[in-house]
Amino acid sequence: MTVAATLAELVRDFRANGRIVIVGASLAGLRGAEALRAEGFTGPLTIIGDEPYEPYDRPPLSKQVLKGWVPADHTALPRLRALDAQWRLGVAATGLDRATKHVLLADGEQVPYDRLLIATGTRARPWPNPDEAALEGVYTLRSRDDAAGLQRALAARPSRVLVIGAGFIGSEAASVCRDLDIPVTVAERGSAPLVGALGGVIGEIAAQMQRDHGVDLRCGVGVSSLEGDAGGHVRRAHLSDGTTVAADVVLASLGSIRNVEWLEGSGLAAGFWGVGCDAGGRAFDINGVATDSVYVAGDVARAPHVLYEYQFLAMEHWDNAVLGAQAAAHNMVNLEPHYRPNLLLPGFWSGQFGVNIKSVGVPPFGDEIVFTQGSVKDRRFAAAYGRRGRIVAAVTFNHGRWLEYYGRLIQESAPFPPPPPGWDRPDDMKPMPADFPEPGVPTAVPDVVLTGHDPNERRAEFRPRR
Amino acid sequence: MRIVVDLNRCQGYAQCVFLAPEVFQLNGEEALVYEPNPDDGRRLQVERAAAACPVQAIVVERLAAAERSVAS
Repeated sequence: MTVAATLAELVRDFRANGRIVIVGASLAGLRGAEALRAEGFTGPLTIIGDEPYEPYDRPPLSKQVLKGWVPADHTALPRLRALDAQWRLGVAATGLDRATKHVLLADGEQVPYDRLLIATGTRARPWPNPDEAALEGVYTLRSRDDAAGLQRALAARPSRVLVIGAGFIGSEAASVCRDLDIPVTVAERGSAPLVGALGGVIGEIAAQMQRDHGVDLRCGVGVSSLEGDAGGHVRRAHLSDGTTVAADVVLASLGSIRNVEWLEGSGLAAGFWGVGCDAGGRAFDINGVATDSVYVAGDVARAPHVLYEYQFLAMEHWDNAVLGAQAAAHNMVNLEPHYRPNLLLPGFWSGQFGVNIKSVGVPPFGDEIVFTQGSVKDRRFAAAYGRRGRIVAAVTFNHGRWLEYYGRLIQESAPFPPPPPGWDRPDDMKPMPADFPEPGVPTAVPDVVLTGHDPNERRAEFRPRR
Repeated sequence: MRIVVDLNRCQGYAQCVFLAPEVFQLNGEEALVYEPNPDDGRRLQVERAAAACPVQAIVVERLAAAERSVAS
């Protein structure tokens, strides 16, 4: 038998009899499982999730669920095909033994695998003081339970809501409060809402939008402490500028923490920014060597991106979860040279204050911005981000149909400022500094981050050749 | 029945809002919100909406409940 024929036989055998375990039962885990079956994998498939719920969709949680239009338990994701999987829900993975190829579970069980897909995603960063975080009326917003709890609190008509952190989740929640005619204060440590994701120029527009809708927006201030009443319910917050805000509901929207603790000691390149992997989802070990049996997808994955100078990107985007999981699933049941990359042009959307904000590319990669279409005054415009003479991202406010145009330019590394789209041009098309915060300035963490090498995180053992 | 809309792909053409207004709504000019778990009685409406979407952003579940069973 030739080597090629032997390898082909091995692949056939793995597709029929291999054992695949997916840790993480959310969008990436589900779509990864479906893709494995679609790719012809018929072996035993186990899906492990720490929440008791089958995979559900998160974007509605901060919008229609919070508003009370849709119950939180209506968000289970549609299934695209039968899975024939063993579901282990309500039990967290607590460890990974790569030597014996077992996933360790919180209930003591060990699940064997031949190939593993890590899709453990992120969790909400809690309010840092545990006693204050435990006060009744203090919420985070990431899970179905979070959304259900916060929705009930809003339905009880609080006298004022305090939102800490004006990233996308915080801004969307503030928008819902105003829709429900609930007074809301937003405290953001950065100079403006959305500043980490979109920079100061767009942040100022977002700030004006909040104020136009009656949000008491306070930027450049932190919340130093939360104070409860005798019954343990939050009543007020003390801000770093010496003022206080009386509020009976507090939402801490401080960004997310990647769920990597269970990988401690596994020898994988896992840390603060997620699990390092190649563009095909193959996890790196601590020395930067691609593994053959462990794959990563979704929010927890960070991979070099060809369009962004091969910098590592961690993308908390809906379609990154879907496409990353599909690419990883394909590669799990194929051999090189048939591997497939997840070459997603990152993109997100956010609905707030009646405006649809969409972006394509990686805005924080750029340092200049130019308004290319529409009118800022009307909250209907497109703007492009550039770096060293090339377009790297674009953002639209109620101008989503033009995003594809900019996406194509970004993929072609077209010049910046970009060629005018020939329609609806603003009077003044002059590039200006995009005004992103210096690295290290605390803001709500953007949902796509450049995660280039961080020396503090190095855990690899470096042994120079003697 | 379960549905999900790829809101990255959605461009606010509002065909779904027109065909199934109880399920899809616009929040402002182009931000779509929807009921992800509409009554089965609305299936025809929802399927028409999915078919009419110019960018095919609406995914409608095809599986029967029995096939998506989850053992924990």
